[in-house]
Amino acid sequence: MKRIDGGLIDRGQILTFTFDGRNYIGHGGDTLASALLANGVQLMGRSFKYHRPRGVLTAGSEEPNALVELRSGARQEPNTRATVAELYDGLEARSQNRWPSLAVDALAVNDLAAPLLTAGFYYKTFMWPKAFWEKLYEPMIRRAAGLGALSMAPDPDGYDRGFLHADLLVIGGGAAGLAAALTAGRSGARVVLADEDFRLGGRMLAESQLLDGQPASDWVAQAEADLRRMDNVRILPRTTVFGVYDHGIHGAVERVGDHLADPGPVRQRLWRITAKRTVLAAGAMERPIAFADNDRPGIMLAGAMRAYLNRWAVAPEGRVAIFTCCDDGHRTALDLVARGVKVFAVIDSRAEAPRFGDYNVMRGAVVTGTQGRRALRTIEVTQSDGTSTWLECSALGVAGGWNPTLHLTGHHRSRPVWDATIAAFVPGQGGPAGLAAAGAAAGRGGCAAAMADGARVAGEALAALGMSVTGADLPATEDPPQAIAPLWHVPGKRRAWVDQQNDVTVKDIRLAHQENMVSVEHLKRWTTLGMATDQGKTANVTALAVMAELTGKSIPETGTTTYRPPFTPVSMGVLGSGDTGPGFRPRRLPPTHRWAEREGAVFVEVGPWMRAQYFPRAGETHWRQSVDREALAVRRDVGLCDVTTLGKIDVQGADAGAFLDRIYSNAMASLKVGRVRYGLMLREDGILYDDGTCARLAEDHYVVTTTTANAGPVFRNMEFARQALFPDMDVQLVSTTDAWAQIAVAGPKSRALLERIVDGFDLSSDAFPFMACAPLTVAGGLRARLFRISFSGELAYELAVPARYGGAVMARLMELGADLGVTPYGTEALAVLRIEKGHAAGAELNGQTTAAMLGLGRMVSVKKDAIGAVMSRRPGMAGDTRRLVGLRPVDAEERVVSGAHLFTEGAVRSMDTDEGWITSACYSPHLQTMIGLGFLKDGADRMDEVIVAANPLEGSEVRLKVVSAHFVDPEGDRPRD
Amino acid sequence: MLIPHPLLGPRDAQEFTYLGDARLIDRPDGMAEGAGAAFHDYLYLRDNPAGPHRELWYHEHGDRSWLVVTRDTTTHEILGAELVKGPGR
Amino acid sequence: MSYSGFRILREALRGHRGWRPLWRDPEPQSEYDIIIVGGGGHGLATAYYLAKVFGQARVAVLEKGWLGSGNIGRNTTIIRSNYLLPGNQPFYEFSMKLWEGLEQDFNLNAMVSQRGVLNLYHSDGQRDAYRRRGNAMILSGADAELLDRDQVRAMYPFLNFDNARFPIRGGLLQRRGGTARHDGVAWGYARGADRRGVDIIQNCEVTGFVIENGVCRGVETSRGTIRARKTGVAVAGSTGRVMAKAGMRLPIESFVLQAFVTEGLKPCLDGVITFGAGHFYVSQSDKGGLVFGGDLDAYNSYAQRGNLPVMEDVAEGGMALMPMIGRARLLRSWGGIMDMSMDGSPIIDRTPVEGLYLNAGWCYGGFKATPASGYCFAHLLAKDAPHETATAFRLDRFETGHVIDEKGVGAQPNLH
Repeated sequence: MKRIDGGLIDRGQILTFTFDGRNYIGHGGDTLASALLANGVQLMGRSFKYHRPRGVLTAGSEEPNALVELRSGARQEPNTRATVAELYDGLEARSQNRWPSLAVDALAVNDLAAPLLTAGFYYKTFMWPKAFWEKLYEPMIRRAAGLGALSMAPDPDGYDRGFLHADLLVIGGGAAGLAAALTAGRSGARVVLADEDFRLGGRMLAESQLLDGQPASDWVAQAEADLRRMDNVRILPRTTVFGVYDHGIHGAVERVGDHLADPGPVRQRLWRITAKRTVLAAGAMERPIAFADNDRPGIMLAGAMRAYLNRWAVAPEGRVAIFTCCDDGHRTALDLVARGVKVFAVIDSRAEAPRFGDYNVMRGAVVTGTQGRRALRTIEVTQSDGTSTWLECSALGVAGGWNPTLHLTGHHRSRPVWDATIAAFVPGQGGPAGLAAAGAAAGRGGCAAAMADGARVAGEALAALGMSVTGADLPATEDPPQAIAPLWHVPGKRRAWVDQQNDVTVKDIRLAHQENMVSVEHLKRWTTLGMATDQGKTANVTALAVMAELTGKSIPETGTTTYRPPFTPVSMGVLGSGDTGPGFRPRRLPPTHRWAEREGAVFVEVGPWMRAQYFPRAGETHWRQSVDREALAVRRDVGLCDVTTLGKIDVQGADAGAFLDRIYSNAMASLKVGRVRYGLMLREDGILYDDGTCARLAEDHYVVTTTTANAGPVFRNMEFARQALFPDMDVQLVSTTDAWAQIAVAGPKSRALLERIVDGFDLSSDAFPFMACAPLTVAGGLRARLFRISFSGELAYELAVPARYGGAVMARLMELGADLGVTPYGTEALAVLRIEKGHAAGAELNGQTTAAMLGLGRMVSVKKDAIGAVMSRRPGMAGDTRRLVGLRPVDAEERVVSGAHLFTEGAVRSMDTDEGWITSACYSPHLQTMIGLGFLKDGADRMDEVIVAANPLEGSEVRLKVVSAHFVDPEGDRPRD
Repeated sequence: MLIPHPLLGPRDAQEFTYLGDARLIDRPDGMAEGAGAAFHDYLYLRDNPAGPHRELWYHEHGDRSWLVVTRDTTTHEILGAELVKGPGR
Repeated sequence: MSYSGFRILREALRGHRGWRPLWRDPEPQSEYDIIIVGGGGHGLATAYYLAKVFGQARVAVLEKGWLGSGNIGRNTTIIRSNYLLPGNQPFYEFSMKLWEGLEQDFNLNAMVSQRGVLNLYHSDGQRDAYRRRGNAMILSGADAELLDRDQVRAMYPFLNFDNARFPIRGGLLQRRGGTARHDGVAWGYARGADRRGVDIIQNCEVTGFVIENGVCRGVETSRGTIRARKTGVAVAGSTGRVMAKAGMRLPIESFVLQAFVTEGLKPCLDGVITFGAGHFYVSQSDKGGLVFGGDLDAYNSYAQRGNLPVMEDVAEGGMALMPMIGRARLLRSWGGIMDMSMDGSPIIDRTPVEGLYLNAGWCYGGFKATPASGYCFAHLLAKDAPHETATAFRLDRFETGHVIDEKGVGAQPNLH
């Protein structure tokens, strides 16, 4: 093909680009496909299976053949359709799925082996010998399959996400879409107009049809200018609405920077558009006719040929013919003739074919063969009398009729219906609520018809919203005739392609029929029809028609395809839209985070939180040194740990106690003011769900603490209980997790340290015993709460202050306690301390544990109705004899690892003899050996027994002695000190 | 999806956390005779209708209301929404 | 007719005239010994094993649409036996062993590919949980390996090791896990069952059960009444709807699970990877598409389509884990209806109605279970006793408290 005068390209803009390393020149307004065609390049790709040479078939996003790898380095973008890739200066593109080159492709040998590679062949072979599948056959298939390649480097570009709300979303900026947008815009509605092209106008840009006696592009420019003047209209070019979701929500991608050499800070933007009404004005897609060897470069859809001619000023060279079954093919011939291109024949399968201009019509004739390896050379034309002639031909336009682009109407699983007049599926009933198709997308094509329809459908949508409609002035134009006598395929012995990308031919469909793969879905899955990157946009209806012919049913009886999002493929980068890398999830920082940073803490992710894991000191080279030091400091002196992440819920109201009696399995109403009680919460299914402390600050005021992980869910469940289960109770809830900084002050010297910060508060055990709580002030008037509770098993307190003072109070405690040996400790030492004390944490509370398994069965009261109590008594749970035990290695040097399974000594190692597992393990600096906690069958009755912990996963086994889970201070005297 | 919050108007469903069948409101009396069977029915058995479904949504990233939303499970059309703690209770 | 490379060669030479239908389209008879309701993977596998292993020939499979149109036709094709609990793991390992000889058994290449399934961990707690699980796998006769960060990096250098919110610390690898071509599995079982005399009746919707004196004697269908001594229901996402016709309420709710595939790409991902800090699991099909999924859409649904937030969430997980997929394009999304049970584990059991049997509650783990599910359901139907690996999958376990809750999230189906 060659460039001619005219067209909608900017010849002042010279753009250089490369394809397979060769330099070419194009212009502003070109796509990669139009520019390549203008440079005489026809061969652009290879097909998936047979590696057949392929050129451009279409001029739009439905392109099956001209797929390239765009850009290089980390921006390499496989499978890019040359027909929609906007040309920019410096564009690099390479052909793909070929080796060593596009012109000479070794795997084209597949084409010779085609008789073996029929539909579904791989289901029938490669089974022997069995081991060869993974070792030989499959790697071979995988290497041959796939199309383009990823760079394997992280995507360097930025992505953005936005939200839009509209009264009317108009999808498509062609004749119907512009008329709809103008109507709605003038009527004052909030309008979003999205078009996948970089230039508004749709099919009007590809036609020579005049509007008001002027080129259509002039009218389009005027309409666009009018719309841009309206504050209530937003135009989104380069934007594909790819999916219709519930309640008027649409997903759309705007290609912000893909047309630029440097995409800039935002390559693409994901829009979520919520619209009260939607007009689908996406136009129609032309379909090919299947005939022998109809896939050669040089054969393209007649409408695409017209688009390249009129919009991009690229005309076919040499001997040009059209093969058609409808009037639309003649329209291409007319435009070609008007631009000085000789058309030697319009081969029209209709016996009564019309003739509209100065070209030769072969009536009742069909194309029955083609030749030309890398470009079309000759075609065989067979007349109605059966005589065949081979004719030289270098460019063949094929016109099989137009299929409405109704894909989005099917996203809610409604089925299209058959319209015999246009021989195509049109949108059926039951599509997405609020969405209506207009123009060619509704089967009402032609510029004039589509405009009128767009205005009408938009008007109806606005009326449904109760808005008054101001009509738009639409131009005068006359649509050409559109008669069609559908021709799906030309019978013959050679292969006739239906799905060009996936190499599915009429023969394959016939074979599928022969093998009873007749249902549309079986056909698709057996042959891979419609499963390529174009999702069969130019293939599916034709395939249905062929199958209908084989089964003797009508096309709609044969079936329809299921349309699912996305309409065209969407990059993973934009769907992820920037919430990636470190920004994948928000980071929550406890109030002492900056202080901990200054202390040199190592941090660890704990759910959304970043917590100090340990605080290395000079000379410490291994984390264990730091952790051992911290844990020992707590047992010996005093340690400080930020425990703000534990959930805190304020419970207030006259019925607060009664309410908490329902929430906790143990009693809370009986708790005295100024006291704290350990509590268990069960799920309604009786499983232990969360544990923590509950403090009563006043008659009508409790503070509940939860585990870090369950802070949100416990609050949610308590709100459910309050609003849904016990709505008559006088109780209010507030989450105060973020309001209070909470610092554990733990160790024998904790009282001594706290005495230095409280404002005249008596900390003696008489005045403030174990499990006491009180509001007080510290540091000279700072509001605070103090709880005498212990997770470490030592004398310990938790001090709460308003969150913004957390860091300062921590720093003050460090200063005040310097002579006491005060030591900050992190989550690792916290874990060591609680394992040594036998306290349960996340590893024990894993959602599969009963209260009885922790030895706390008696905390599930039978005297009241609490959540989960009833179901916890089911025999399967009540009969579970696994109990939490302590485990010490018989040989003190041995390692204890959590996740090992427990067995009676000498027992076979199997699932049947499995008696439990180690939940938590650590090195105990206190005992100077590793220790563990675990659930063991009949554990309560097996003290001092020696059992085996098997870890076949890592090839280790250890003999362990069953001991009390309370490795430290089993009598529990220390916290009461 | 959009949830028509009875106090706040249409809100994106992402602001909510879903629980399930609204029958979970009707918690049996745990102290009554035969509570085990009643709880089994309450906690585990579902109508699971293909059609209108009364279900619980929690406005977690919002006003913390628990709502009963009536929604068609075959089309996702929302037929109504009310506070779980409404005037009727 | 047996499938083989030789057969293909022979057919190629004679113009493929000899290929015969993969299965017949028989008219339903008025009575069978056993009817299976549901021509999905589990139903077809059940029929296959009934005929092949348990000597039952008078068997029909009734399918509302086209065979294989259920979740076997829309899933992420992963096979694995990496469960934790004794009620589950031996069953899934039994399934894995059946996968390993499946294609030779039913003479159709279902592309069972043991490419390895790697579950990543990002914290010490996750590692410990995986160690417990890995040990359970080995103790049930399966394989498992615990990898550290460097071992994972050697396998998959392109994962995000250096710039992650939740750094990868290692993974639990099952090398025998992998993928299989889902449609091939349905077709293999269907063809195998058909060749052994099972009537697979497509476009035959069950509209009711024939229950006489509390005993199920067959079904009413859109093609008339069909009587049977025993009726087994294996209809996955439609379980609630179908069993309601027998007046049964079940511990099951139906939800949509979306899955996604990218355009075809040259090989870039060898095995199956699951992200441990977000909702994302992925493999690459033989055809080149990255097949991936994530969480359920959280609300009850029969709509077979999901919504945008889950798609975004899954893509975020993908980009966070493997940022080199940014330039790949998502090609297609689909939604299947999952019969989510109240403890996340399945039911293969008799029902309170004599003669009516249920296979359900597969949540989104049904594909990998297909062979064992079919085998065990066939065992139950033929012998009226559960197979030894499926004794825990009882319908009454919610009453007795013997729940099998792998995830430990309780009676909330959409969390499993």
